[in-house]
Amino acid sequence: MIKGFLRAAAHAAVGLAMPLVLAVSPVAWSSEGNISIESAPIDVRDAASLQAGARTFVNYCLNCHSASLMRYNRLRDIGLTDQQIKDNLMFTADKVGEMMTIAMKPKDAADWFGPAPDLSLIARSRGSDWLWSYFRGFYRDPASPTGWNNTVFPGVGMPHVLWQLQGDRVMIEEVSRDVEGRPVKDRHGNVIKSVRFETTARGTLTKVQYDTVVRDLVNFMTWMAEPNQVLRRQVGIWVLFVLAILVALSYALYREFWRDVH
Amino acid sequence: MSDKPDVNKARRTLLIATGCAGGAATVAAAVPFVASMMPSERAKAIGAPIEADISYLAPGEIMRVEWRGQPVWIVHRTKEMLEGVKASDPKVADPNSERKPSELTPEYARNEFRSIKPEYLVVVGICTHLGCSPSDRLKAQPEPFDPDWRGGFYCPCHGSLFDLAGRVYKNKPAPDNLMVPPYSYLSDTKLLIGEDEKA
Amino acid sequence: MAATDKQPISFAGPFNGILTWVDARYPLMSTIKAHLSEYYAPKNFNVWYYFGSLALLVFVLQILTGIFLTMHYKPDANLAFASVEYIMRDVPWGWLIRYMHSTGASAFFICVYLHMFRGLLYGSYRRPRELLWIFGMLIFLCLMAEAFFGYLLPWGQMSYWGAQVIVNLFAAIPFIGPDLAIWIRGDYVVSDATLNRFFAFHVIAIPFVLAGLVAAHLLALHEVGSNNPDGIEIKDNKDPKTGIPLDGIPFHPYYTVKDVFGVAVFMFVFAIIVFFAPELGGYFLEYNNFIAADPLRTPQHIAPVWYFTPYYSILRSITINFLWVDAKVWGVIAMGISVIIFSLLPWLDRSPAKSIRYRGPIYKSALAIFVVCFIILGYLGTQSVTEGRTLVAQICTVLYFLFFLLMPWYSSLDKCKPEPDRVTK
Repeated sequence: MIKGFLRAAAHAAVGLAMPLVLAVSPVAWSSEGNISIESAPIDVRDAASLQAGARTFVNYCLNCHSASLMRYNRLRDIGLTDQQIKDNLMFTADKVGEMMTIAMKPKDAADWFGPAPDLSLIARSRGSDWLWSYFRGFYRDPASPTGWNNTVFPGVGMPHVLWQLQGDRVMIEEVSRDVEGRPVKDRHGNVIKSVRFETTARGTLTKVQYDTVVRDLVNFMTWMAEPNQVLRRQVGIWVLFVLAILVALSYALYREFWRDVH
Repeated sequence: MSDKPDVNKARRTLLIATGCAGGAATVAAAVPFVASMMPSERAKAIGAPIEADISYLAPGEIMRVEWRGQPVWIVHRTKEMLEGVKASDPKVADPNSERKPSELTPEYARNEFRSIKPEYLVVVGICTHLGCSPSDRLKAQPEPFDPDWRGGFYCPCHGSLFDLAGRVYKNKPAPDNLMVPPYSYLSDTKLLIGEDEKA
Repeated sequence: MAATDKQPISFAGPFNGILTWVDARYPLMSTIKAHLSEYYAPKNFNVWYYFGSLALLVFVLQILTGIFLTMHYKPDANLAFASVEYIMRDVPWGWLIRYMHSTGASAFFICVYLHMFRGLLYGSYRRPRELLWIFGMLIFLCLMAEAFFGYLLPWGQMSYWGAQVIVNLFAAIPFIGPDLAIWIRGDYVVSDATLNRFFAFHVIAIPFVLAGLVAAHLLALHEVGSNNPDGIEIKDNKDPKTGIPLDGIPFHPYYTVKDVFGVAVFMFVFAIIVFFAPELGGYFLEYNNFIAADPLRTPQHIAPVWYFTPYYSILRSITINFLWVDAKVWGVIAMGISVIIFSLLPWLDRSPAKSIRYRGPIYKSALAIFVVCFIILGYLGTQSVTEGRTLVAQICTVLYFLFFLLMPWYSSLDKCKPEPDRVTK
């Protein structure tokens, strides 16, 4: 609730600042580098999307990142059978009851790539919206050691693993100017810059297809961070239903007894 | 004020209704707490069926595998050993596995040798007395506890004896035969312990 | 006290026999009478009077859920974080029990804060309820300790760095401070040893003390009788024949049925949070606490859980070195006093009227300012420090303390309305 309220407030603030820069680009931030994080269009009850996301996760993420709090056979909850899990999603483990760890020793992984955090709970610590923006925020940056940078994670250590799907992009930064050609400044006196991206090499997917892949991936990671969340809400409805009856009955009982007092 | 001698009907109805609803809600709320003490997904994963490769198990040898944290013995019985099982029929308490069959002996093992294939014995190596794991005395030779020993298992804790079909000897502390776990053959040389074929 | 002195029990139908047998050997009926059916409570309790029984309910819930969590939790720095997620994922219904416990922690503070505010509204700490109030304050202190120790157990980033910061506060104490901090941690940093002892305090030591204090709090309450929104003593007006207060009604059944209704409403709200917003926007479960503790990396922004933030703000607002003593030390002292000072209220308040209904405009304004300051301090405690925020926190800190320190003066100055003889609706 509060998060929603804060998000609404943030949107309102961005909305107020938008008209200044909207003419130039849909993506804007002040020179502090905080890009607005977009809300992820996900639905953790969508089994097809979760299954697609699980496939992307296993193929692209699970090579370096573990999800060591997650059991393979939990994927039954998104509509897969043990056999399907074994055949399509398990490359390193041999029992469906095992955890989604990586074959690499964590130490080796750290030596080769630097620390690759466990992803079991990343959607709870970073937030789904952040992940959605992150996977769509990579761009080529010759100044970075990996050759990649990210709009929501400046100086990110991970290269753009999905680049063959999305293609190459470069970021072009422009100073926002008002009608008279003067740079627009925010209230702290920082020059407001606008940013746009230019595709330099096409990926194998169209933009819409890529967004679908990312949506499914983020959806899966959100589900994986709390596999019980769908059940939790379902049970919650019943609990509230029962408690509502109890509230009504106990209120009637209270009024009935208190007729003595008044 | 209160404690009127005449019974207030509306009040009593409401009391019963609220009491029942509250009681039902409390019982429902207790379910998750009770259920949380059942085996977790981790325990189930560890207790999942295991595969055992018996291709290297020489005749007359025993191998041990772990299933649900318990030792499971697989004995490759020779002809002589099977003869020994037959010979110990009069000595054992329950030769035909009639006691607690649903717990101790799956249907496919309710036969003379308590196994699917006579050559291979599969039993849980936990004494049915107080849970010790008996040691194997597979060879037919005179033993201190039985000069006419035909091979089997001896429990060091309280002296219970079992033959090479896991059947308990008469007049020993252990009440029942060793448990035969659910198992099936994946191939001639591969056993799946913990799961029957029908499952 | 022979068994024959007592009346046989006749209201329990088939259980009459066994209860009569028990009553002959145990003060069963006399206890029920003293604390329920013949404990006379004022008949004019309003909504503020729900939160005491609700706090008791949450206490029981926390103990219950805590017992079941302890069955699966591992107090080991290498295992703790994963064992909490094990409860969330692998233990049947473990997620529900864990969310009830984490939501219960916040709910406990909400109930206790509202319960304390009720005391401020109606002068419940005034004579003859000083000791009752002190027991309540001790419960509050224990509760803070319980919450602090418990918060380390999930061994997430916020758990770890929160404990690190708070334990280092003790290092500010002159001379013995640094050694004291090491002694508390059992190590030079927060570590496995710290986790183990915090676990022991959280699940055994403090709950025992809390249970004892709750019993003392209730016994003290039943000795002096409940205050009420009019702030007058119902014992001053007794029926000359029966000796029962004219404005009193037996706690059972009247307040038991009323509290059952309160419990139902509370559980409804509680369930909304547990089932639909267990993180409550990062206030009940902080996002950074879903990252395992990393002693080498402090998160960008650390803040205590919301119920500690007012005091944390006071701590941070002291930025001036004074009398050759570090600002840090003064901050710790100010924070400590800001909590303990509540227990002096019975002696600071000199108003002729107890209840805010009959108190003058000065106290009403002072209380309003205090509440606003408390909330602002609480909000600022969740935010990172800027110059402007520090200034606001400093102003609020001064007003916070002035509410108490000036109370002997302004409370006796206030123009009170005459209190009624009998309770009003």
